[in-house]
Amino acid sequence: MIAGGFSYEHVYFLLQGALWTVCLSLIAFVGGGIAGGVVALCRISPLRPVRWLSYGYVQLIQGTPLLVLLFVAYFGLSIAGLKLTGLVAAGLSMIIYVSAYLGEIWRGCIQSVAKTQWEAAECLALSRTQRMRLVILPQAVRIATPPTVGFMVQIVKNTSLASIVGFVELVRAGQLINNSIFQPFLVYLLIAIFYFAMCYPLSAWSRTLERRLQYGSRVQPGT
Amino acid sequence: MSIVVELKDVHKSFGNNAVLKGVSFAVPKGDVVAIIGKSGSGKSTALRCMDRLELIDSGHIEVAGHRVSDPNIELRALRMDVGIVFQSYNLFPHLTVEENVMLAPRAVKKMSKSQAREIAHRTLSQVGLSDKAQSYPEQLSGGQQQRVAIARSLAMEPKVMLFDEVTSALDPQLTSEVLRVIEQLASEGMTMILVTHEMEFASRVADTVIFMHEGKVWETGPGSMLKNPQTPELQSFMAFGL
Amino acid sequence: MNYEFDFSSVLAQWPQFLEGAWVTIQLSFPATIVGLCLGVLCAIGRRSAVRWVSKLCGIYVEVIRNTPFLVQIFLVFFGLASLGWKVSAFGAALVSLIINVAAYSCEIVRAGMDSIHEGQIEAAECLGLSKAQVYWHVILWPALEKVYPALTSQFVLLMLASSITSQISVEELTAIASRVQADTFRPFEAYIVVAVAYLLLSLLMRVLLWGFGQMVFARRRKLKVEG
Repeated sequence: MIAGGFSYEHVYFLLQGALWTVCLSLIAFVGGGIAGGVVALCRISPLRPVRWLSYGYVQLIQGTPLLVLLFVAYFGLSIAGLKLTGLVAAGLSMIIYVSAYLGEIWRGCIQSVAKTQWEAAECLALSRTQRMRLVILPQAVRIATPPTVGFMVQIVKNTSLASIVGFVELVRAGQLINNSIFQPFLVYLLIAIFYFAMCYPLSAWSRTLERRLQYGSRVQPGT
Repeated sequence: MSIVVELKDVHKSFGNNAVLKGVSFAVPKGDVVAIIGKSGSGKSTALRCMDRLELIDSGHIEVAGHRVSDPNIELRALRMDVGIVFQSYNLFPHLTVEENVMLAPRAVKKMSKSQAREIAHRTLSQVGLSDKAQSYPEQLSGGQQQRVAIARSLAMEPKVMLFDEVTSALDPQLTSEVLRVIEQLASEGMTMILVTHEMEFASRVADTVIFMHEGKVWETGPGSMLKNPQTPELQSFMAFGL
Repeated sequence: MNYEFDFSSVLAQWPQFLEGAWVTIQLSFPATIVGLCLGVLCAIGRRSAVRWVSKLCGIYVEVIRNTPFLVQIFLVFFGLASLGWKVSAFGAALVSLIINVAAYSCEIVRAGMDSIHEGQIEAAECLGLSKAQVYWHVILWPALEKVYPALTSQFVLLMLASSITSQISVEELTAIASRVQADTFRPFEAYIVVAVAYLLLSLLMRVLLWGFGQMVFARRRKLKVEG
């Protein structure tokens, strides 16, 4: 017993939940990252319909709460006849969510590579693909690293919503514990500390990267 | 003598601002042409139009056999025959000097690494920077970076080289090292068009000097013309515009 | 898949959705205003020369930015209640939203203030302006104008985050969807309708905030500055 009915077994249960939080975060980051890369490239495509479609997609996702996206995915999947767990609904909705936000962040970074670099590459007779691959993207990746790491913090925090569809990540684990020992303040405080321990290092790393890049403070909005 | 670059009655506006109002001139093979004039006279725009960084509104441009004024031409083919060096060098910061020069020969001309490296070393020694092959652009002075930019364009073996105020961003000492390289290229027979503020250099090295004023070719002649300006605009430019 | 979409039964509940949207607005609007004011105060605190003030504001900002909003709101509603401090669901939601947006606004405004050139401040001081006047005219307002687009994005995010307050039974838009789907057995349609409602709300919010910015920041309007 630690305090008020809270035991080491409970801490262990929370740690397992935290592990699932990390798992879901990775799924969201990798899946959303790949999709986000596609979105970013579509946003700067020379084809007008592609640009407009991807713009519409981003505006749609960025104008909807993640919680609502999650419910749409959850109920949508069951309509499609797939009786799947909360993890799949959470994973799918988070991948879509991340793709829109990371896509926009990365588009901004690609476009912030100086126009003169585009011109110089063009005047060396490089094709559009070659220009992107050999000159623009390597520079864009450097610029994109701090805000991407910063966004990983948003991803980790947003996995907490998966608890609402029953997926047993950190918050759900805490709720289950709370249902037996009725110590909400203690439980949620501990959960907050766990999240802080996961997120603060990422936030600090993002700031260090940004300082090293000498791009001044690019503060990102978030919740 | 074959004409490598020809402009006929070229007009170009940016929005409501007419920058080129009927520019015409021709550059024979092996000649060095210097374009001078006040800022806003259209000289940089004319140069950029030659490599299709801007599309002209009307008129005719032909460079190294490519009809540049045609909106449908194969741009990459044009850029393989035209080398351009910019005022802000625009070296690729994530690549070494050697890699900067090797990039286009490998990617566009599909050369092997060793072939490209050979060319890179040749052009780098032409500009006097063989020892800096493994350095990164940020480690070099402005003059050195500009010379690397020249080597990078030379590596594609262009038929004509364009220089857009390449020494304007450099202090006098670094300027002279770049001008020396340009003079060397001229003596080797490269067809060149330079937009420049370096009057002494222009009058000494150029075969033809073109003075542009308000979007038109105002006066043109051999380098000595600068000592004997005919029009009042050129006279006032020589007196004050330096 | 032989599911028949039926939006009509869901859309028939539009008065309820309207009520929910109104609650969302009632949460977001005051939270934005109060949160911004607190955020500005916090930003001033972060830049303060007094060590402990700066540290305290810094800790507050880092704690909020590195913990999920869901956990924050649970702590305020369930946690404080268990310690004897009972608040209404709406009250807890409002307080949590304010605390949350203040922390993010603080960082955004602080970045804006940090980017004001030293030379501007020196020039103002040499003209005889007092410290407070310099702060107001040369640091605060130019900073707010500069970061206004970022603040706008933050406030829209705040409105979207209010959907999470449905989890402590606040009757805002997302909670209404859950109620409607319990009645009509059409959860997918209900949440699609709510998604569209949020889209419209965020569009409306962006337009209003843009208009407000044009009004307050005359320079942006006169020079047609982007953003």
